[in-house]
Amino acid sequence: MEDHAVMTGVGGIVLRVDALRLERGERAILSGVSLEVSRGEIVAIMGPSGSGKTTILRAVAGLERFQAGQIDVDGVVLTGGADTPAPTLRELRRKVGMVFQFHCLFEHLTAIENVCLAPVHAHRVAPAGARARALELLGAFGVSHRANALPRHLSGGEAQRVAIARALAVDPPLLLLDEPTASLDPDRRTELGLLLQGLQRQHRTLIVSTHDEDFARDFATRILRLRDGRVA
Amino acid sequence: MAVALALSTVCLMSAQPRVLRWAGDPEGGAPFVEADPAHPDTVVGFDVDVAALLARGLDRRAEFLNITFASIDQSIVRGDAEIGLSGIEDTPARRTTLAVTMPYYEFREVLSVRDADASRVRSLADLRGKTVGTLAGTIAHEILLRAERDQGVHVVSYEDDVHPYSDLVIGRTDAVLLDNVLAERRHRNMPGFTIQPQTVAIGHYVGVLAPGNAPLRDRMNEILRTAMRDGSLEKILRKWSVWNDDQPPLYAKILSGEDVPAVVGLDTSASVATVSRWEAARRYLPSLLRASVVTIVLSCLSMGLAVAIGVLIATGRVYGGPIARLALTAYVELIRGTPILLQLFVLYYGLASAIRLPAFVAALLGLALNYAAYESEIYRSALEAIPIGQLEAARTLGLSERQVLTLVRAPQAFRLALAPMTNDFVALLKDSSLVSVLTVLELTKQTQIFATNLGSWVIPGVLCAGLYLAMSLPLAALARRLELRWRTTPS
Repeated sequence: MEDHAVMTGVGGIVLRVDALRLERGERAILSGVSLEVSRGEIVAIMGPSGSGKTTILRAVAGLERFQAGQIDVDGVVLTGGADTPAPTLRELRRKVGMVFQFHCLFEHLTAIENVCLAPVHAHRVAPAGARARALELLGAFGVSHRANALPRHLSGGEAQRVAIARALAVDPPLLLLDEPTASLDPDRRTELGLLLQGLQRQHRTLIVSTHDEDFARDFATRILRLRDGRVA
Repeated sequence: MAVALALSTVCLMSAQPRVLRWAGDPEGGAPFVEADPAHPDTVVGFDVDVAALLARGLDRRAEFLNITFASIDQSIVRGDAEIGLSGIEDTPARRTTLAVTMPYYEFREVLSVRDADASRVRSLADLRGKTVGTLAGTIAHEILLRAERDQGVHVVSYEDDVHPYSDLVIGRTDAVLLDNVLAERRHRNMPGFTIQPQTVAIGHYVGVLAPGNAPLRDRMNEILRTAMRDGSLEKILRKWSVWNDDQPPLYAKILSGEDVPAVVGLDTSASVATVSRWEAARRYLPSLLRASVVTIVLSCLSMGLAVAIGVLIATGRVYGGPIARLALTAYVELIRGTPILLQLFVLYYGLASAIRLPAFVAALLGLALNYAAYESEIYRSALEAIPIGQLEAARTLGLSERQVLTLVRAPQAFRLALAPMTNDFVALLKDSSLVSVLTVLELTKQTQIFATNLGSWVIPGVLCAGLYLAMSLPLAALARRLELRWRTTPS
């Protein structure tokens, strides 16, 4: 783990979202969301379906164009109303990792190949080094024995752990998880919570969108509630 | 009322002379059979007049049936028409498999060369290592195949008798061997080549009837004999400017009852028609295998190129700007909306004045450019079938758009495209038979030559089908294995 990667940021704030407004056609999804997340927090974003939980994460990950406001991820600034320039997006991808609700593992690659892909091709890490690091991550999450399995042969919990390992393989200071408990049974849910707490102890910052009140209460350090496109 | 109507119909039918249905190919053109320029629905030519002569002698009315030249024999055997007349050559194979009329015209096989070569190239012996064109399935073709073996000439066979001469003039070939009627006809309106005076072989035109139709053939022979005697046949041939000094000796021979061999000046003892069909198959198998190699090499190279071009087109249509997308869509629609045969003709003959592509290269390009359009549609839909989540996951990992395409989207799309691609490859393997119109001697063409010489499609057809299956089945099996290995469930 390269500590400098997670220790940067001004004043301990890793993410600052300011008056974020995002519309799709006539419909406002987010209408002035502001929030700050400090290093080492596990923030749960909660709210009813359609309240914009996932949309906030996608905007922070640079996957959604937004109409107004600003997002500052560890010094990388995205501005509303304009397309984000490619160099800024490249910088952003080093700062944010994202785990999707349905994992979105690359179906043609094995678990370890999924984890190695970005380090080798996007960050020019030597394949041997990337593989060693990938095995370390998979081992830490208890799925190293599945390293050579294709995604379709993994269980839901295993696939999720591989997806987290893939997102962490390039050491982003901020990790976003979209509805991570949606397809987990209670035991796997607890295991995931403990895993996230372990990451927090390594000074990582996590933002989790979830419907799961118990999970948020048990494992998050702070809960934000969205209502009508704003933080309640 | 109904009875009266039926009776009057029967009376009308019996009042009309019976029909003599005859088959010919107007594409061969004058002086044999061609569409009348003044009335395109009717045909004219000396074979048309010979058919009318025969019909009159039988107290019937001649009715023309348009049949492709290469299919006339089979069509007659099938019973589509009673006699075939279209400059049909008297060959040992036809004598074995059909009821052949007596010869009614004698022709000479002659060499044509470019004007500049007229003093140097006078016989087949002068053409060692050179390329000689001819019409497939003719005596000239058989002569050239023998010369290929004995004298090292390279034979190119054509589907029609126009392009051998146009390709000779532009330098694609070094000589043409065809009968003097065809050569002289082409010489009248195409400058640039010389017909050499030496005769390579002598042959005759005959009419062909189904093997069981010998009694009708005999009656027709009587009519022809009478026409030779009374000068009506000479009158027809003079009318079409094909009467010459070769004809009176032929007529004299026939009228004196002398036997006229199928081909004169050529040893036909080794003709496949004179040996058993299994022996013929054994003799032809090596050439069929060689033609299979041409087919498989051409198909593999064409498919490789089609895949490469198809990938570029698909990528351009998915990722390109509006102008690129419009241009590529126009290309795909143009290719898909026009026949591949037309595209091959344009590429090989149409562009010959600007760029003179060798036949194999034109065939390769024609097939590749055509199949690229179809491949690109497969790849485009496969690319668009990859879930957006896969692409977004790749982007959040920091991969560039190019890397998202090459490392994530394209490999998964390829797996989706594999089954339709395999189908296309098998289709291409079979479509490659179309390139015989560009003189490429592939498996189907070689089979057709074999069948024409043998006078039957049964053994050549079975051998040809077996060879195509031997090429396509392993491909299908390989594709099935890869599909099973790569089967994915998109997330």
